[in-house]
Amino acid sequence: MAIVYQKSSCLTDVPLSYCPGCCHGIITKLVAEVIEELGVEPITVGVAPVGCSVMAYNFFTCDMVEAPHGRAPAVATGLRRALPDNIVFTYQGDGDLAAIGTAETVHAATRGENITVIFVNNAIYGMTGGQMAPTTLPGQVTQTTPYGRDPQTAGWPIRICEMLATLTGTAYAERVAVNTVPNIRHAKAAIKKAFQNQIDHKGFSIVEVLSTCPTNWGMTPDEAMKWVDSAMIPYYPLGVYKDIDKEAK
Amino acid sequence: MKGNEAIAEAAIRAGCRHYFGYPITPQTEIAAYMSRQMPKVGGVFLQAESEIAAINMVLGAAAAGVRAMTSSSSPGISLKSEGVSYIAGSDLPCVIVDCMRGGPGLGGIQPSQSDYWQATKAYGHGDFQLLVFAPNSVQEMVTAVFDAFENADRFRMPAMVLADGLLGQMMEPVVFPEREIVTYDKPWATNGRHGERRHNIVNSLYLSPKELEDTNVARFARYEEVKRVLPKAESYLTEDAEIVVAAFGATSRIVKSAVNSARAAGIKAGMVRPYTLWPFPAEKIQEGCQHAHDVLVVEMNMGQMVDDVKLALECKKPVSFYGRTGGIIPSPAEVLEQIKKLAGGEQ
Repeated sequence: MAIVYQKSSCLTDVPLSYCPGCCHGIITKLVAEVIEELGVEPITVGVAPVGCSVMAYNFFTCDMVEAPHGRAPAVATGLRRALPDNIVFTYQGDGDLAAIGTAETVHAATRGENITVIFVNNAIYGMTGGQMAPTTLPGQVTQTTPYGRDPQTAGWPIRICEMLATLTGTAYAERVAVNTVPNIRHAKAAIKKAFQNQIDHKGFSIVEVLSTCPTNWGMTPDEAMKWVDSAMIPYYPLGVYKDIDKEAK
Repeated sequence: MKGNEAIAEAAIRAGCRHYFGYPITPQTEIAAYMSRQMPKVGGVFLQAESEIAAINMVLGAAAAGVRAMTSSSSPGISLKSEGVSYIAGSDLPCVIVDCMRGGPGLGGIQPSQSDYWQATKAYGHGDFQLLVFAPNSVQEMVTAVFDAFENADRFRMPAMVLADGLLGQMMEPVVFPEREIVTYDKPWATNGRHGERRHNIVNSLYLSPKELEDTNVARFARYEEVKRVLPKAESYLTEDAEIVVAAFGATSRIVKSAVNSARAAGIKAGMVRPYTLWPFPAEKIQEGCQHAHDVLVVEMNMGQMVDDVKLALECKKPVSFYGRTGGIIPSPAEVLEQIKKLAGGEQ
């Protein structure tokens, strides 16, 4: 019988700890498939910081380091500088990358640190039970914005790809989504490019993946996928924000 | 050579090729020296965006299995405490140099020893210790850096060289001895599994209380071994000393002068100087104080080592304190006066 589908060889047998309907599972799978297809698993070291992705070190078969909250790009920098011939990636959420770790993110990018950053943006702090994230949308209800995020008091959401695209050190910044099959296919291509860039020593590459949090958004998985289209993508447009390959042309 | 430069040169000679730092007075010469020398030996010098980033870069490099270090001064050392706790919790070796200045807060930029508690008792959250070496000369800074790297690797824990602004800025002759670099295998390093082993995970998270307790118990069992083999102290004229002064680091140089003056005045004074502040050399303090009727602790802080000396002596001898703080360096005359007071009290 022909095998039509099998789990990536870069994933362990540990059951994912994510909630049902959450997109982390899809994104984790895409990263594992890309690492497998590029044949770099033996030399890859991943960094999983604090947040829903904190257990990611159990899911990938490659070497993994757990970083303090927000510090993944700094830990990845230490790994990168000590292991110039390896592949180093981080897998970070929005609170981690765009709030407590903003400085580490911006400076790893501006140094052109040759790493790959997978940024999972679900507009909420999932692990701690649904508080406002730096990417929570205006009006969005969370545990700490019970009347909806009021930009006058809680500030505006950060658009990370747009911000990092202004930095000379950023090689590649693209925002993708995984709420439809075509979007998933495109997200995988973007993640693959972000890893290929590292193999080609092009510098800092980030893929922002719009994700869902049905548990803390208070939606069914299906409603959550639709909310990505109706609410998130209008605020966080998909697309390539920086690509040094295209600039060179 | 300046103390700070001696630290940097010693680190390179001890096999360190990865330095991550952030500017702060009075330790900036370490970073400056590293930025000049590291490229010449194929090493990495990186000026980070913050102390927090610097210590996390050290975490990453240490996880990769290389000898990594950072240096800072008191306020910057506080910022690194989160990272150091993770490093300790992940059983990673690294070296941190603290060139102490006055505190708390922004404090001042003059020499101080006010990080004794931070270094020996609570450098970050959770149950952990770090090795703390307290040199008292530029020459001993070199020894301390080698000791720190070797023992950090040996016991898989962070090590600190606790210097101060005085030692860092002091210029003294220094000899770099031909010292063999002792290394230890690091089969736990996350440097790519190369298809040869199961993946390594460097981690300090244990959601199961039992598992977390087990790791803490295992780590403290390792600390017992450290306490057995590592404590080191210098005793000076203690064989017959009736008044013994305990001091560490730069202060011990001042105390030594005062002890000499006291001897010249016919007072049987001596000094004990812990070189390792953790593990604290309690037995050696006891030995040094065995004939003492009075023990005086002198520090450039408000008396942070006093409790450790009292514990070492099991509170069997009177322990008093004299110190200056805020960046003021006590003079030998001030210390001599304290010794004379204790001697006078006896007569």
